[in-house]
Amino acid sequence: MKRKSFVAENPSILWFLAALALFTIFVTAMSEAAGIGVVSTSFIKTLGKTLCLCLIAVAMDIVWGYCGILSLGHFAFFGLGGYAIGMWLMYARTEIIVTESLSAAAIPPTPEEIHDAVATQIFGVVGTNEFPLIWAFADSLFMQLAFVILVPGLLALVFGWLAFRSRVTGVYLSILTQAMTLALSLYLFQNDSGLRGNNGLSGLQNIPYLGDVPQSMISIAFFWASALALALGYVLCAYVVSGKMGSVIRGIRDNESRVRFLGYHVESYKLFVFTLTAVIAAIAGALYYPQAGIINPAEIAPIASIYLAVWVAIGGRGRLYGAVIGAAFVSLLSSWFTGGGAPSIPLGFYTIQWTDWWLVLLGLSFVAVTLLAPQGIGGLFDLIGKKSKSEGAK
Amino acid sequence: MLRATLLVIAFCLALPAQMATAQDSPLQTLLQSQAGEVAKPGRRSVGVVIDALVAETPEGTALFLERWQNKGVFLNETDGLFYYAQKSGDGYELFDIATDTPVGTATKDELTEIRPNGGVRRVIGGALVQFQLSDPDKERRTAALDAILRSPDASQIEPLRASIEGEPDNALRARKERLANLLTARFGASTDDRITAINALSGTIDVDSRAALNQILTKSASVAPELPQDANIARVLTVGEDISQQDAYAQLVDAGLAPERQTADTIKARLSDNIVDGRVGGIPVGQLSSEENRERAYAALAQAGTVPPLVTDETVQAAIATHAFFETYAESDAVITTAAETALSEVEARVARNQIFDVSLDAISLASIYFLAAIGLAITFGVMGVINMAHGEFIMMGAYTGYVVQQIIPDYTLSLVVALPLAFAVTFAAGVAMERLVIRWLYHRPLETLLATFGISIALQQLAKNIFGTQARPLTSPGWLDGAWVINDVVQIANIRIAIFVLALIFLGLILFVLNKTRLGLEVRAVTQNPGMAASMGINPDRINMLTFGLGSGIAGIAGVAIGLYAKVTSEMGADYIVQSFMTVVVGGVGNVWGTLAGATLIGGLQKGIEWFNPSNTLAAQTYMILFIILFIQFRPRGIVALKGRAAGD
Repeated sequence: MKRKSFVAENPSILWFLAALALFTIFVTAMSEAAGIGVVSTSFIKTLGKTLCLCLIAVAMDIVWGYCGILSLGHFAFFGLGGYAIGMWLMYARTEIIVTESLSAAAIPPTPEEIHDAVATQIFGVVGTNEFPLIWAFADSLFMQLAFVILVPGLLALVFGWLAFRSRVTGVYLSILTQAMTLALSLYLFQNDSGLRGNNGLSGLQNIPYLGDVPQSMISIAFFWASALALALGYVLCAYVVSGKMGSVIRGIRDNESRVRFLGYHVESYKLFVFTLTAVIAAIAGALYYPQAGIINPAEIAPIASIYLAVWVAIGGRGRLYGAVIGAAFVSLLSSWFTGGGAPSIPLGFYTIQWTDWWLVLLGLSFVAVTLLAPQGIGGLFDLIGKKSKSEGAK
Repeated sequence: MLRATLLVIAFCLALPAQMATAQDSPLQTLLQSQAGEVAKPGRRSVGVVIDALVAETPEGTALFLERWQNKGVFLNETDGLFYYAQKSGDGYELFDIATDTPVGTATKDELTEIRPNGGVRRVIGGALVQFQLSDPDKERRTAALDAILRSPDASQIEPLRASIEGEPDNALRARKERLANLLTARFGASTDDRITAINALSGTIDVDSRAALNQILTKSASVAPELPQDANIARVLTVGEDISQQDAYAQLVDAGLAPERQTADTIKARLSDNIVDGRVGGIPVGQLSSEENRERAYAALAQAGTVPPLVTDETVQAAIATHAFFETYAESDAVITTAAETALSEVEARVARNQIFDVSLDAISLASIYFLAAIGLAITFGVMGVINMAHGEFIMMGAYTGYVVQQIIPDYTLSLVVALPLAFAVTFAAGVAMERLVIRWLYHRPLETLLATFGISIALQQLAKNIFGTQARPLTSPGWLDGAWVINDVVQIANIRIAIFVLALIFLGLILFVLNKTRLGLEVRAVTQNPGMAASMGINPDRINMLTFGLGSGIAGIAGVAIGLYAKVTSEMGADYIVQSFMTVVVGGVGNVWGTLAGATLIGGLQKGIEWFNPSNTLAAQTYMILFIILFIQFRPRGIVALKGRAAGD
């Protein structure tokens, strides 16, 4: 009997890809770059960033919704990916500026002088003028792109190996991952961490060698790149959780011991899922921060990773489209409320300003979702299409 | 001089009229011999008068110096004599400067107030010190000792020693003896005296003794073609080990023994100064973007004599090789410096031992804060297996309760007495409400408890921000908790930290008592081990869970008041402690009060220990500590105190 392809097994993939393609084309057509300008450049950036958040939410859904590992540290990988690409962006752009200003002198600068001047320019704020060792390859786009994958991947591999090997599970693992991301952000907050302490890396929205290209074009390019990454990531994740491997992964979620007694090497499966999702998170981060323009250690504080879990839970765990819906819905709603978009509610004696009350609403609605609708928004689709095969957690 | 002459003339003219009140004391006579300087003292020249006064010390000198310094001395223009004066009615009443007895009156026009400037007042003050050492007023004597310590001087040894005999106050006498010893060590007349004094210093620990020893051992770096024979050399420096090549050469340059090295910037400046027709030294400017071409161009310029020749690495090394680098003591006597080095190393060893003690005290204090913050969590997480991410917000709630109570009750002690039980009540109620409304529906889904309580946590945090604003609110501790318990110059601990330590001890005892000796504790332990069996024995698990959760939350509230006294009250203060608290519980071992204590001690001790090695960087200390904990859990996944047998669950 011929095995069904994973796409046929999970028709939501095609629906999702079609919706994403339509959305991308529609937004592009409405953008300033296309001459219509209904959608502003800054909103395109917000949408592009949201797509990146959807991508990391899909990764989170694999690791939590399908494999049962509640990782509270995936934003650390996201941030590391951002830092890796940010190093190149900042180095290359500063080098161009410095070369230009030094060329005005009577004597042309030597490569060493340019290098030193770039270092002073970048690290002046943290009181040093030398490149730390980790910037050794910052001038090479290829190397930094490799680091986007290698650094978070290796960190996840080592951390996961240590944790799964000693069978740290459940809430202990959650706290351990939270400790990891806290340690990383505290380390990066130091001025001598080599990544500019709490100043972080900035000016990332200016892409080197593309100084003449307007931001409206760049934003569209990143929007497309984010959409493409999300589509590929979605298909990859759908593939991973399909077939026999998907069954084992879901088995680990439902009862780890039984899967182990059936002869599967549970640790390897978990390590694979953990590392793969870390790499996906890092790629999402590498696409996110050039659109955000700035990255600093506060971005990878433990709270960010908890929000990630919140998105996935609200969207509905154990279904990939649920993660996408949750991330898009909550993060867009959040920027609408905190950006002052929502109208205030006058109560006579007190006016509810949403910038102040949005977090209260979010927190409480989150409690409500956990208590009353554990399937999240994605659960609605189950109600509509009764016959659809539920993959969700019970 | 003219003024003095005029004064003498004035004195002669006024003589018949003032005869009755004329003073004839030795002090007045002495002052009259230097009348000009007394009336208008200068910082450099006033020393003559003061030396004469100190040498003879006529009756009333101390009082005179003091009044002189404080602008209390007047010159009577009519007789040219010096008086103390006091305003009475339109005129002034005059007092004899030697005996301070009334001797007549004068009008305002007749008197000139003597106003020494700041510099002169300091010189007078210096001389005054030795008189004040035997002053009947204890505060004056203490001030005099402080003044000596600020600017020690060889001349102070004798008066200080003389004053020790008559010192009635024991503490002050001990201090005088120590100070005399310090002065002798630095300025003593004979080598033997100084060495005795230095050896006595080796038994001390205070900052002043260390400063004195360091003063004796003041070193300066020097360089010479050969090691001098007569100097007291502290050590010979080896270039490359004790001193970098760069610094060594800079010393040679400073000493005028070698030409200055051209930096890349100066070379560049010279090159750009000498551009001729787009070329420097025959090399086109466009090619100067490499080091070699720049060196060639500079060499060409040097050849032509336009610029000084380049100092190369070889010349630098040759210059360094032919010179000796060493440190010399400012003190020329080698016997004394050796004794001082020995004494200093002994003192430093003692200081290090005391510092370890001090760090241990700090660690205990930090551990008790972590313990207080974590013990409530240990009950809810350890005993009930419930992750409460809002635990930190209960701490914050307790702290804000304390703040609100302080707004209503102004007396700090009383408000603290009210705030502690009130904080417990408020957070107990909040905990029970949360258990009833949210957590009891999620007992079988622990990961979701984590997320639901996180939702409550962000809601509570934002709520606190909306009510109390974003800026930190003060929770003032009562006066008796201010200050510190000072054991010696190295070891001291703030009273508030002692109080927190005591509070932590009380709670440790209280919780052990409740869990082990009361009916409630018995039921809690029963429900923890097997809810079904406990229920069939007539225990209501719902009620027990509710009470346990309330108890854990209530303790968090009290911890909040304690932490608020020690740090500031902000809406984010709970979040600062939550991760540390989880670590404490996990490292210590879940489900055990002793485990929490062990975890808190380990984490507090570790953090302070790491900070001690790298005091400038608490962030790094926290990072390394968390890394350590991650590794620690590898080796003891169930914590330090792991439950065994059936209580361990799965």
